[in-house]
Amino acid sequence: MITFDGVTKRYPDGTVAVDDLSLEVPTGEITVFVGPSGCGKTTSLRMINRMIDPSGGRILLDGVDVTTIDPPTLRRGIGYVIQQAGLFPHRKIVDNVATVPYLLGWDKKKARDRAMELLERVGLDLRLAGRYPFQLSGGQQQRVGVARALAADPPVLLMDEPFSAVDPIVRASLQEELLRLQAELNKTIVFVTHDIDEAIKLGDRVAVLRVGGRLAQLADPATLLAEPADDFVREFLGRDRGIRRLSFVPGDGLRLRGDLTVPASAEVSSVRGTAEAWLVVVDDDGGPLGWIAPKDLPDSGTLAGVPAAPYGTFVKGRDSLRSALDAALLSPSGNAIAVDGSGRVVGVATREALDEALARVADGARG
Amino acid sequence: MNWLVDFFGNAANWSGPDGIPLRVLEHLVFAGLSLLLAVVLAVPLGLWIGHTGKGAVLVVLSANAARALPTLGLLVLVVLLMGVGTLAPVLIPLVALAVPPILVNTYEGIRGVDPELRDAAYGMGLRGRQVLGGVLVPVALPLILLGMRTAAIQVVATATVAAYVGLGGLGRYIIDGLATKDYPRAIGGAVLVAALALAVQGLFALVQRVTVSPGVSGRQRIR
Ligand SMILES: Nc1ncnc2c1ncn2[C@@H]1O[C@H](COP(=O)(O)OP(=O)(O)OP(=O)(O)O)[C@@H](O)[C@H]1O
Ligand SMILES: [Mg+2]
Repeated sequence: MITFDGVTKRYPDGTVAVDDLSLEVPTGEITVFVGPSGCGKTTSLRMINRMIDPSGGRILLDGVDVTTIDPPTLRRGIGYVIQQAGLFPHRKIVDNVATVPYLLGWDKKKARDRAMELLERVGLDLRLAGRYPFQLSGGQQQRVGVARALAADPPVLLMDEPFSAVDPIVRASLQEELLRLQAELNKTIVFVTHDIDEAIKLGDRVAVLRVGGRLAQLADPATLLAEPADDFVREFLGRDRGIRRLSFVPGDGLRLRGDLTVPASAEVSSVRGTAEAWLVVVDDDGGPLGWIAPKDLPDSGTLAGVPAAPYGTFVKGRDSLRSALDAALLSPSGNAIAVDGSGRVVGVATREALDEALARVADGARG
Repeated sequence: MNWLVDFFGNAANWSGPDGIPLRVLEHLVFAGLSLLLAVVLAVPLGLWIGHTGKGAVLVVLSANAARALPTLGLLVLVVLLMGVGTLAPVLIPLVALAVPPILVNTYEGIRGVDPELRDAAYGMGLRGRQVLGGVLVPVALPLILLGMRTAAIQVVATATVAAYVGLGGLGRYIIDGLATKDYPRAIGGAVLVAALALAVQGLFALVQRVTVSPGVSGRQRIR
């Protein structure tokens, strides 16, 4: 656990970058520091590994005041990832990743084996290991940066806008990768960003800072979106706060109908009489093929021969109400298909079911 | 062209105390010794100033002052102060000539390393010396070598002044040749100096290829 205890940083020129900051970063969780430019995120982060020392207050790492630890020793036990990756241009990728193990005196073979293992972990092609940083794309370099920070298996990881210099698609995949890694590794991560969406996506807890380095709110993302502490936080969260909240409402609560599914092998005639406007056609494995409208079918043949309309799915038990709503908007029926982990249809969330679920969320917001 | 044949074709010029091999060797000793002294003085100083950021003003001032020093004037001064008979009158002016480019390039090379990189190095837990030796020097090496090469070429060209104080080297051919109106001799000396300068250039290209990481040189080629 990392504890900020009344931490203040006043730079020599008088700028107060962080003002009396007190908060706890729980072990094994991702805590995101977010806020507008210049609000003291980087300064706060860098005080943890003593790249900057506070002018007042204390930072405790598992109860130990960090200023009592010799900085290089402290830093070797804390992974650090920065925006431009900061890879050493003169060293091959594998040796970049092995930097801290080398510093800790591991033998070369062991350090390199570990580096290769990590490169694989962060999703890099191992053929890149023998290249130099300039031969990698920005996104690849950033993955190497993460691997390097993890090399000596430090319990704590500090990340300062690590993904902000890459394009949105690469950024999204790096974010996914980080969440996947974190599920395996359970590091204590402090992640700095100025992007509220990134904060909400990644954070178990989000600390919103305001300019002048004061804590505006510290909460889990769902709470933050539902109950912003004040106008500053509300404004910072931006538009679509209501819609984005749906990301944190589980799709489990949706009432599903199991009677709207028909196999592709069924005869057209078997569904002609139904009162339903839309039915889902599924293949032999139970996977969705699309929507058909029973009132608009050819005279004979099986449903496999009927052109099906597009559809959207969400995974029951995993995806949010937002995903379900998104799935519904992708099909002309306005209904969302619920599937299980292996993609088999388990039911349909109709417009009515979605409407009920949305009403429950709205009720929650009122109370 | 005939003059060159006159000089280089004359077997007498290839042996004895005034022969080409010995003169070249003397020249190389003056130049090499001066360069070595300059490197020993200027590289550590440049590294230290570039790394700590202290005394940067010193670099600029000393470099400009040294550039303004007339080599020949300095040589005469040293002779007046210390007399002839030692290498000092040659070495001191040549070292003074070689220090500025080495110092300035070393300093600029270290100081010019991307601050993010320096930051990352400290952030990983490298100590000050490890950051300097393990990151800053390898990254700044092309510039540091450039400073040395510039200095080496200047020193090789200027080591001819040794002849003014009765010492050997290729300057002898030039001075003696001019004095006796033996122009083939003077021109031959000048050609030898130029050839040595080219050889030095080639040597440094080789050193650069061997010592600079492909990760650094490759990146520069792309830019
Ligand atoms: N070395 C320094 N000397 C003086 N003031 C500084 C220094 N470093 C940062 N500051 C100031 O401290 C404040 C906080 O800076 P910091 O870098 O922590 O902000 P940030 O939240 O990380 O911003 P950004 O999102 O732009 O990276 C800013 O006003 C900045 O100008
Ligand atoms: Mg910052």
